[in-house]
Amino acid sequence: MRKLIIVTSLLLAVHIALLFTRRNAIAEGKETSPVRIGIVLDVGGRGDKSFNDGAYAGADSATKVLGSNIRFIEPGEGADREAGLRLLAAEGMNLVIGVGFIFTDDLANLAKEYPNTAFAGIDYALATDKNGNVIPPPPNVAALKFREEEGSYLVGALAALVSDSKKVGFVGGMDIPLIHKFEAGYRAGVKKVCPDCQVIAQYAGVTPDAFKNPGKGKELALSQYNQGVEVIFHAAGSTGQGVFEAARATNKLAIGVDSDQNDEAPGHVLTSMVKGVNTATFDAIRRVQNHTFKGGIYSFGLKEGGVGYIYDNRNRALIPDSARARVEELKQEIIAGRIKVPSTR
Amino acid sequence: MNPFSFLTQMIRIAVPFLFAASGGVVAERSGIVSLTLEGFMLSGAFAAVLGTNYSGSPWVGVLCGILGGLIFSLIHAVATIRYRADQVVVGVAINLLAIGVTRFFLKLFFASSSNSPRVAGFGGNIKAAGFDNPLLWLGVLVAPFVAFVIYKTPFGLRVRAAGEHPDAAESVGVSVTRVRYAAVAISGILAGLGGVYLALDQHQFTDQMTAGRGFIAISAVIFGRWDPIRAALACLLFAAAETLQIQLQGSHAIPSQFVEMIPYALTIIALAGVVGRAVPPAALGKAEA
Repeated sequence: MRKLIIVTSLLLAVHIALLFTRRNAIAEGKETSPVRIGIVLDVGGRGDKSFNDGAYAGADSATKVLGSNIRFIEPGEGADREAGLRLLAAEGMNLVIGVGFIFTDDLANLAKEYPNTAFAGIDYALATDKNGNVIPPPPNVAALKFREEEGSYLVGALAALVSDSKKVGFVGGMDIPLIHKFEAGYRAGVKKVCPDCQVIAQYAGVTPDAFKNPGKGKELALSQYNQGVEVIFHAAGSTGQGVFEAARATNKLAIGVDSDQNDEAPGHVLTSMVKGVNTATFDAIRRVQNHTFKGGIYSFGLKEGGVGYIYDNRNRALIPDSARARVEELKQEIIAGRIKVPSTR
Repeated sequence: MNPFSFLTQMIRIAVPFLFAASGGVVAERSGIVSLTLEGFMLSGAFAAVLGTNYSGSPWVGVLCGILGGLIFSLIHAVATIRYRADQVVVGVAINLLAIGVTRFFLKLFFASSSNSPRVAGFGGNIKAAGFDNPLLWLGVLVAPFVAFVIYKTPFGLRVRAAGEHPDAAESVGVSVTRVRYAAVAISGILAGLGGVYLALDQHQFTDQMTAGRGFIAISAVIFGRWDPIRAALACLLFAAAETLQIQLQGSHAIPSQFVEMIPYALTIIALAGVVGRAVPPAALGKAEA
């Protein structure tokens, strides 16, 4: 029995030690502002080519442009997240940012304990009361939300415009409302430019594993491509890596998500629906440094540059000028409020 | 739905299960609980990508993947056989360790916490539907091979003896310790190969890419009542359910929640004795006296 305890505690100690390994990620500007900012990244930390890197990029430009004094924490699993936020708040940071919807509850609880600290949550998940009304976040918490459906609408329109088969695909990660937003916008965009197009939408699963299952993503995408789909939009985390792999294998197209994913399968990435996590992070930091920070809901859509799609030298060859013109037209209509994009299926 | 694409997709999905479940059968028949398959697969997948990336050859990757699974299985073996630690507790720890270690090395070697760069792989002709991959064939043949070893060779007899009645095996001069070490090592190699197949088919490693396949393989072992062929059939059944769900999902014919539940529901049914009695090896999970 003693040996059992020794062995398991050794294994756990090694495991925990490995979870805490992280690079020293303290960015330093030339003229540092007296305002101190702390950011807790989501599991995985820097190098996730998505949320964490976006938040880092936003903080990095704040350091360069505003001289911000920023400290990062890259937590391991689970409870470390709350500990990271608490550490920063207790150190007297002026602004503490949690990157990812998973921080929602921890931010809400800490905001009550530290009422004089500003908090911001990327993708902060707002709860609704029993009548379906949104419950606002605590007064010192900024909920940084994105209107993903607007960006998805544009890539949906683009997908329909470039495919000849009248069939476009969607691969979602976990089957949850957050991902349904992407599907709803995408569907609406497809239907806008091609009312008789068919959208085949599938999800990788019903557990968080569904965001980390490239094997499943590849099989889902292969089966859609076999049915004549020419373009697939994924909103599935690293499950999407399998979608890109299937696009390569079948010589078809895929659309990336969150950040520019062109590098994952050059020549097969039509575009990417990008979320401006960097913009939102920068914006929150700027507000704190200007003393204009207020709690509440901040929604970033096409109008605010919070979502968008990639069009540059690397994918220009895949997008005909007429398609690009049409999508830009739709973008202006959404910004002007003439098109309302649905956010639920 | 065309039967050709159904069959080929089902086999592609089944291969990682087949490797891992075959390994699981060997270890469990020797009396060591195989909750560790997930961790072995993950370490095999990572080692394969590492080896392929630095050598350019997927065959070197296969060897590295085998080594990756083997190293983790030896940790498991030393803890459970040498130190007689609780096999379930160590199994859980091994799985967590594999997640942490692969993520650590992913950052160290590839400066990313999400995925490795693209590496070489096998096959890739889309018309071959994955059947130009030698690992796929190996996966299809592994269960009959393990069945032959378990039932027709002296080593297999010793494995079964170690799992059913270790004292009797010791009394006739069989080293139960050595047999169990070998069995756990084999489970590490085979489950590692399951991870290798997964990673090389994707041409990259992504964080936690096995996504619970090791646990489905354990379900197959139990549902297959610790018999290599029946376990393989269980793998095919689970893969068929997943394929059906993939190919019919557009039409919402089968809720995905239901399909994800199947392996575990069937495992409970098997353990409850509905489909014949599921009798585990008598000494399974018991530290050797």
